[in-house]
This record gives sequence, C-alpha cells and structure tokens, in this order.
Amino acid sequence: MNPQKETKAKPKRKKVQFSKLYPDFYIERDWDKCIKCKLCIRECTYEAHGWDDKRETLTEDHSKCVGCHRCEATCPTGAIVIKHHPSRFREHDTWKPWFIKNVYKQADTGGVLLSATGCAVPFRNYWDHLVLDACQVTNPPIDPLREPMELRTYLGPKPDKVEVVLENGKYHLKQKPGPWIKLEVPIMFAAMSYGAISLHVHQGLARAAKDLGTLYNTGEGGLHASLYEYGSNTVVQCASGRFGLHVDYLNAGVAIEIKIGQGAKPGIGGHLPGEKVTEEISKTRMIPVGSDAISPAPHHDIYSIEDLRGLIYALKEATEYKKLVFVKIAAVHNAPAIASGIVRAGADAVVLCGLRGGTGAAPTMFRDYVGIPIELALAAVDERLRQEGIRHWASLIVSGGIRCSADVVKAIALGADAVYIGTPALIAVGCTMCGRCFTGKCPWGIATNNPELIKRLDPDTAYEKIYNLVHGWAHEIQELLGAMGLNSIESLRGNRDKLRAVGLNEVELRILGVKHAGE
Amino acid sequence: MVFEIDAKDLHYRELNQQIRKAIAEGAKHLVIKHVNGHRYLAAGVSAEVDIDVYGVPGLDLGAFMRGPRIRVHGNTQDGAGNTMDEGKIIVEGMAGDVVGYAMRGGKIFIASDVGYRVGIHMKSYMDKIPVLVIGGKAGDFLGEYMAGGIIVLLGLNSRYPERPLAGMFLGTGMHGGVIYVRGHLPETQISPVLKIEEIDDKDKATLENILIEYAKDLNFDLEEIWKEKFFKIKPKTHRPYGKLYAY
Repeated sequence: MNPQKETKAKPKRKKVQFSKLYPDFYIERDWDKCIKCKLCIRECTYEAHGWDDKRETLTEDHSKCVGCHRCEATCPTGAIVIKHHPSRFREHDTWKPWFIKNVYKQADTGGVLLSATGCAVPFRNYWDHLVLDACQVTNPPIDPLREPMELRTYLGPKPDKVEVVLENGKYHLKQKPGPWIKLEVPIMFAAMSYGAISLHVHQGLARAAKDLGTLYNTGEGGLHASLYEYGSNTVVQCASGRFGLHVDYLNAGVAIEIKIGQGAKPGIGGHLPGEKVTEEISKTRMIPVGSDAISPAPHHDIYSIEDLRGLIYALKEATEYKKLVFVKIAAVHNAPAIASGIVRAGADAVVLCGLRGGTGAAPTMFRDYVGIPIELALAAVDERLRQEGIRHWASLIVSGGIRCSADVVKAIALGADAVYIGTPALIAVGCTMCGRCFTGKCPWGIATNNPELIKRLDPDTAYEKIYNLVHGWAHEIQELLGAMGLNSIESLRGNRDKLRAVGLNEVELRILGVKHAGE
Repeated sequence: MVFEIDAKDLHYRELNQQIRKAIAEGAKHLVIKHVNGHRYLAAGVSAEVDIDVYGVPGLDLGAFMRGPRIRVHGNTQDGAGNTMDEGKIIVEGMAGDVVGYAMRGGKIFIASDVGYRVGIHMKSYMDKIPVLVIGGKAGDFLGEYMAGGIIVLLGLNSRYPERPLAGMFLGTGMHGGVIYVRGHLPETQISPVLKIEEIDDKDKATLENILIEYAKDLNFDLEEIWKEKFFKIKPKTHRPYGKLYAY
C-alpha cells in the first residue's frame, strides 16, 4: 500500500470522518462571564472557536480543540475552561480511547500516526524509583549559602595521567590539556532546530546559556545570523541532512555534535514539512522556500564506527582541532557497545538520548515504543566505559525525560557529566504540552515560525523564563549536594552509593548498579 | 608562484597544516606530491587557491571546503567533496563511494567511474547549484535523497563495459534537482517516484555549459559526448512526505 498513491476521484460520496466524531477536549464557556469580545477566536490557531452571525453568538468546534489552553489563559473574563471531553466509550482496559481514536484516524487518512513530545506510555520511570542520600549526625551537611559549592564541569577528554615538569623553579603541566568546555552548571539546552521552534525561543536559549555559563544546541537547522555572537555558548549540530552546514557554521560554536539519532525517534530521520520552511528558515537552512527539509535516517557517509571516525576527524580537520566533537545517539539496546565505539572513534563527548526524549514530530509508534529509558542506558554505558578503562576519554551527556533538578542529580550520580534539557525549557516559556508542534500553528508562539504567532513570545520573556528555571534548579542541586555532604558536582559523578532504589527488581538494580533502599 | 609540498612521510594533519600555512602566506597555486591515502585534504579550507594533487588522496577530499580548485592527477578514495560549499574538484581517474555527499555548491568532475552512494542529498540554494559530472559509470544509490543540483552521468570512460550505466536504487527518495544521463536507462531502474524525459532546449543549454567546461578540463571530445541522446530524471514531487501522516 502506498499512501502517496492518489485514488481517482469517484462521483461525490460524503466521507465520514470517524476521528472527528469523538473530540478529546471540551470547550466550556460560562455565558454569564462571556462578553463576546471574540478574543478566543483570534487566539485559537486551530479555529475551534467561531462566530455565528445569524445568532450573534460564539460557537465551539470541540473536535478542533487540541487542549493548548490558549483561549482559557487569554480570556479576559475567565469564561473558558478546557476540559477532557466528558463523552466516553465503554470501559475497556485493552481498547482504551487512545487506541480506538488512533484506529479511526488511520482509517480516515491511511497515514502514519504522528505525535510530538516524548514517549507517553507509562513505562516505569526509574527516576521516580531512585532516592538520594543525606548526611545525619556522623558527617555534617553543607549549607551552600554559607560555604562554596562547585557546580562547574569541564567537558572533553581527560588525560590518562597528569604529568608535571619543573622548569625555572616553577611546576607546570607537561601537556596543555583540552580544549575543554567549561560549564558553570551541568545543564545544557538540547538540540531544537530553528524551524522546529521559533527564532525568539532560540534567542532566549542562547542568551540564557550565555548568562548561565552553559551551552545551547542549534539542532540541525543551521544557525540564524543573529545568533553567531553567542558562539562561545553554542553547540552546532551536524545531522544527516547537513542543512545550513558550512565552514562558518562549523567554526561558530565551541562544539560540533554529530547527530546519529534522537530518543524520540531512533532509527529514522526527520523532515521539516515544506509549510514550515518560510523565507527566514530557508535562509538559515539554505534550501528553497516551501520545500521539505528531509534528513535521511542514517548519515550516508557513516555505515560503521570506522566511518564515524572518518566524519569526526573530517570535522576536527575542518575546524583545526579547536572544537570538541560530540556524537549523539538514541539510547537503544546495544548502547554500551556503540558508545564504546564512539569513544574509540575519537568523540570528545557521547550524548545519549533516552526513550522519553521530546520532539516536535515523530511517528507515534517510534515515540512510544522504540528505544530504552535513559536511566538504564546511562548506567549501562557508564559501567561499560569504566570496565574498558576509557570513561575519561570522553564526557557523557544524557537527555530525554529530565523533569526536575533531582533528575539531574540522579543522572550525574549514575555517571553523566552533564544533561541536556529540551522539554523543560519549552515548558518554561509557556508550552502546555498539547503536542501539535508539527502543525506549525503553536498558539503560544513557541513551535512555529508564523510571523504573527511568534510575536506571542518575545525573546526577552523567553530568556528570562529559561534563565530563571535553570537558576532555580542550580540552587536546588547545590542544596541536594550539600545535604549529601558534597561540595562539588565532581564528587557526585558516578557516585552511585549516593543513590538507593525503591521498588525495583534484581535485574533493574544490577543494571543501575544501585542498592535497594534499606541496604 | 607555485608552492610545492612533498606529502611523503607526512601525517594528514601535518599536510593540512602545511596547506593552510601556505595559503595563509599567500600561495595561490599548491602542488602536492606523493599523496598516498592522506585524508581530509583541504577540508574546511576557505580560500581561492589551485591545488594540484599527485597520487591518491584518502577519505573526504575537500570536505566542507569553500573555494579551492583541486585537480587530482590520479584516483581518489571515498567521500570526495563531502558537504562542500564552493570550489571545484577534478579527478583525472576514478573516485570511490559517497562522492559529493550533501554538497551545496561548486563542481566535481570525475573522469571515470564512481562507487556507491554518489551525490546523495545534494542540494541547491538560490544561485548555488552544485554540479557533479561522472565520465564513467556509477554504483548503486546514485542521487539518493537528492534535493537540488545537477548530476551528469556520461558512461563513456568506464573500466567496466559490462555494467549498466548506473547501479540499483537510482534517485531513491529524490525530491529535487536533476540527473542527466547520456544514453537510455531501462524503466525498471527508475523508481516510481521519478520521471524520465527527453531533454529540452533549456536542458541542452544547461548541459552544454557544463560539458564544454568538463571536456576542456578532462580532455574529452565534446562531439563524442553529444553523439548519444541525453535523458533527464526528475522527481514527480518535491513533497514526497506531504501526505504521509495522520493526526
């Protein structure tokens, strides 16, 4: 079956769209409060609100509501509440409404189910089964407000040993280490391309990264001219589509990330639909306006670890060894062996993106069922690299499902050098997780490049919110470290003794390398 | 002034350092002798310079480069012109796999055969139209995912007379650009998302420009090239995924 194959138009027959009959959401309007200002009509980009001229009243099309809550949030009189649609199918534990409605959608269109955000299946979330240690009596906790607390992290390969030479009565290092990247806080902003998200969000991320002393990632959509000034806080991405990738771009940041895969859709490429390729996007991606930007599933110059080494060193040569090269993979079954290959291929950092990693568009089946949770992948990769004695050859950065500062602390205790956050940064700027990023109609002005819609989120607000979020998390991390009696994040890295598990089985405990609570 | 570098006993890293140094000192014409599998030659170099290479360059010749004109007096290994931006690569012999991957501009002229996965995801933007001309035959996956630019396949100067002009899966996933083929390709070789047509006057003018330059650079007989008919292969749609999804 080829869904692209157009069926010949037969004499008109009204097509029933079963998927439109049972809306997910219900727009409830309090008529006592409603002043019929029609703001909801203007705010809703999905045309769920309408106006009936004859009856001079507002109307709702519940089937068009995506649950973004924009109308509810902007209604001047608070007259609107978005609810789950009260209409229900007969209870059935196997045939939940999600599956029934998905079948309707595909029966209506013959298409591949598309989703945004990360895995929505309630697989066990290991962060929620891990608890942290704290000092009591025998060793005093440290108060970060009173004593220095170090969150600084250096990314890049560390030497096997430190050699010191004595020259003219002064000691100094025999070999200058690095290049390294200094992070003042081990939280970086994950790859989200300009195209997937608005320029204003990118500007906010870049400025926040600069002021926080961390990095943001361009994603694979190239780098907008206005963002070159944030180079020292930029990771540029080299993905299979190689969009907007040229010498200036490679030299613009402090690191180049080869994107092999992402947790939301391991094993497949991506594509930015032509609708989202506007004039500005076209300039940055260097492709014609309105054309699909297709990233093939693999890099077709990489079919092996040897080929990967080829690209890593091509990038290093092209940038004269001044940039670090990261390699990002989705967390999959064989992640430890692959990570070992990546490190041996010469990468300066391995980026692991887990099952729950977010996206602006992924086939639903991939988003929900392909890849493994980051907690297990991280523990297994860190362990494997230690066993092979090569853990210090590269840094380990993880992403995919980090929701709060405690998740960051747990990730570092499991062996990560730093984490990437994507979804939390978007939620910080107002995202309500409605998961319709791929339509380009984001009513909050985040996952869109519609010139009118992006005005809904200005770069200053984006900057402030993202900065505040990480500032808050950083302080929480300091407090959690202090409570454990540690005064630097370095002392926590791979320190699994600071973790205990609650309610996990033997296999899970073994993979995580963590004792059960009470042990 | 010609600036000569002997690549014998040099690691690719040292060789590239010398190339960059020479360019920085104002050299406009480099001659590199005894190249033997040196990788990343002139990778990421952004300069107007002529480079004559004697020997066989290794992986990723001229990757990401912007501007240099490289002539290889011999064959070259895989990855020539990987993601190149501008400039020219002339190969007097054969080239390996993945030639011109994701190239966005400039020209690559190969005198003889190329390997697999050549011209994958070439793209064009505004006045930047990459051109890849293959004098011999091509392996599988020629022009896969092609998004823009021009590939010309001549099939003239091949070491493999028994092989077809191009291998399997020609232009799979192609959604832009054009492949000109000298001579006829069997219909079975063309994927259903592509169409094959005879060339028109506009195509002929485009081809003439390219082929005059190519014939001059590589000593081909232009009349001989034109003796056989050319066909063009283009995608039926620029939006192959336009109707793929349900939501």
